[in-house]
Amino acid sequence: MKPWIERQRHLIDFTAQSLARRKGKSLGLLVVYTLLVFVLASVALYTHALRNEATRVLAGTPEIVLQRLIAGRHDLVPPGYIEKIGRIRGVQKIEGRLWGYYYDSVLKANYTFMVATDREIAPGEIVVGPALERTRELSAGNGVSFRAYTGELHTFIVAEVLAHESELVSADLVLMNAADFRRFFAYPAGHHTDIALWVANPLEVRNVGVKLLDALPDSRPILREEVLRTYASIFDWREGMMLALLSAAILAFGIFAWEKAAGLSAEEKREIGILKAIGWETGDVIAMKFWEGFLVSLLAFLVGYVAAYVHVFHFEFALFAPVLKGWAVLYPSFALTPQIDGLQVATLFVFTVLPYTAATLVPIWRAATTDPDTVMRS
Amino acid sequence: MIFQPAIIALLLAAGLSLAMLAVASPFALQLIRHWDLGSGSERQLRLERLTYLFSMMVALVCGLQVLSTLLFVFNADKMSVMFVGAMCAVGALNANVYGFPALYAQLVAFFFAATWLAINRLDNQARDYPLTRLKYRLLLAYAPLAAAVLYLQFNYFIRLEADVITSCCGSLFSEEADTVASEVSALAPARAMSVFYAMLGGAILLAVWHWKGAGRGLWSGLAVGTASVAAFFAALAGVVAFVSLYIYEHPNHHCPFCILKPEYGYQGYLLYLPLFAAAAAGLAAGVLSLFGGRPNLATLAPQASARLAGIAAAGFALFVLGASVMVLRSNLILIE
Repeated sequence: MKPWIERQRHLIDFTAQSLARRKGKSLGLLVVYTLLVFVLASVALYTHALRNEATRVLAGTPEIVLQRLIAGRHDLVPPGYIEKIGRIRGVQKIEGRLWGYYYDSVLKANYTFMVATDREIAPGEIVVGPALERTRELSAGNGVSFRAYTGELHTFIVAEVLAHESELVSADLVLMNAADFRRFFAYPAGHHTDIALWVANPLEVRNVGVKLLDALPDSRPILREEVLRTYASIFDWREGMMLALLSAAILAFGIFAWEKAAGLSAEEKREIGILKAIGWETGDVIAMKFWEGFLVSLLAFLVGYVAAYVHVFHFEFALFAPVLKGWAVLYPSFALTPQIDGLQVATLFVFTVLPYTAATLVPIWRAATTDPDTVMRS
Repeated sequence: MIFQPAIIALLLAAGLSLAMLAVASPFALQLIRHWDLGSGSERQLRLERLTYLFSMMVALVCGLQVLSTLLFVFNADKMSVMFVGAMCAVGALNANVYGFPALYAQLVAFFFAATWLAINRLDNQARDYPLTRLKYRLLLAYAPLAAAVLYLQFNYFIRLEADVITSCCGSLFSEEADTVASEVSALAPARAMSVFYAMLGGAILLAVWHWKGAGRGLWSGLAVGTASVAAFFAALAGVVAFVSLYIYEHPNHHCPFCILKPEYGYQGYLLYLPLFAAAAAGLAAGVLSLFGGRPNLATLAPQASARLAGIAAAGFALFVLGASVMVLRSNLILIE
């Protein structure tokens, strides 16, 4: 084992020096390679973090949301529905929710108006999300007026601004009292927007859904796991699409790597010729070239990955964010939790190092099997 | 669901492997027919030069198979959130009929690739490349296998539909169902343990014996190969029958895939990585001991075989040690 390691060490030593001698050529390849890793790793890291964020956010939501449908469209839940559901075994809590959208013509943006069930809000007061605080320059104690859909103007006092940590879900949120909500939207008394159900046992959620459908045939239960799965596949799909689009770049990179490896300069040819003349075997030259590829790949992979990490988690994925995260007037600004996933690194490896290795195979072989005699003569 | 990055990566790896083997196959035929190291003809020189290229290519393919196997299992586990009823890789693999065949084909490809790499290494060490013909015959056998892997994986991934309700590991590895998996699950823990330790202990002892004997005995080599394969299956059966129970601390959960999950600290990788390495090394040690009779390999083949047997012994020992520690540390009591 020892002589083998010694041998590889000397080969690596030699390769590193020969790479350093040809700085210009190596640097060009390294830059392109690093860029490719950077782009792909950015996409992978960002979607992974988004997926995790979605899972984290949804963890606190009710297991089932029940909507009433009329002609296939979402409609208000009339009085008596919650009672009709009655007691279903396994359901911890049933709650009628009140929420709606409000279009603010000042900002040309939609707000989500909602009645808070977990906190008491005094009549005439509201609690607003951080994006509203920013865009309408509101702070606790300020008054703000909204023109209702009926035409009248309602004035509220901002009691509190929600914490920035929850911005991903609360950016455009306006929380208010139930009576204020009904008056503002002229909401029919006793009606609810939808019904939320909390189920303790995750294995029971589907059964509860089936029972709900039996009890209320005109309703649609939406399960949290379905929402989660949809999010997961949307993000995966977006990432996959982006990768499919970038496959052209990967292909171009493959061609570039081939060209770089195939276009041996006269000097390099002479070098290989001399090496062989002084006793190197074809296998040795191949090993040297292998180490060359390995060193370049490793360096490009590390630098590209670290740069992508910084890009995603410190610069908020500034370059490609619009493609992957969607768009809104009141878009939440949020920091993602840094996370590295083994599967993603392995996938990235297949997308970058594999094409490079495959593309340089033939050129390496060509270089290694050149005749010392012909090279040195020419 | 083909637009998942890991799936694209797997298909890319499988496709590239097949493409490289397809390019190498006509050359392999030519080489098998005309290879003659004694001749100085132009054709022989050309063949000798090309063997460097194709050996490199196939070595890359084999390395890729090792990576793909890991990626495939990892990906199946990750995908389980997409399917109703799936809790781990079993559910994802059960989502259509191609799932498990794809996994098995990938595993066969892994062991084939490992053996080929060992033969290739031995062949390159000898002065006159005595195993070149055999290597390329094996390559011809490998190409259809690579095609099968690509076919099964492609069909598996293209037919994945998120609205299919799959079964979770609880039903496949339950003690009542009528499958091999359930028969293994139903083994009494004490009996399963004795078989497990006897088989693995036997494999370790054989491998150490072969290693100590500098790999010279043909029979000891073949015994290591056979014992490694047997120990591999015994190890998997042991994981299903009792090791998993201790890890989950649950008397009825037999799944060999859930131990790969983060909830259980990825302990499965600690078991499977040494186990697969050991099984592949043991198998290769057995195969290489077959070549000890050839004059040019009389010293090299036993050397390589002994080294592989040493790796196999170490890997199996690591696996047994890991499994035993997991059993001892567990709070579950199966045997009073």
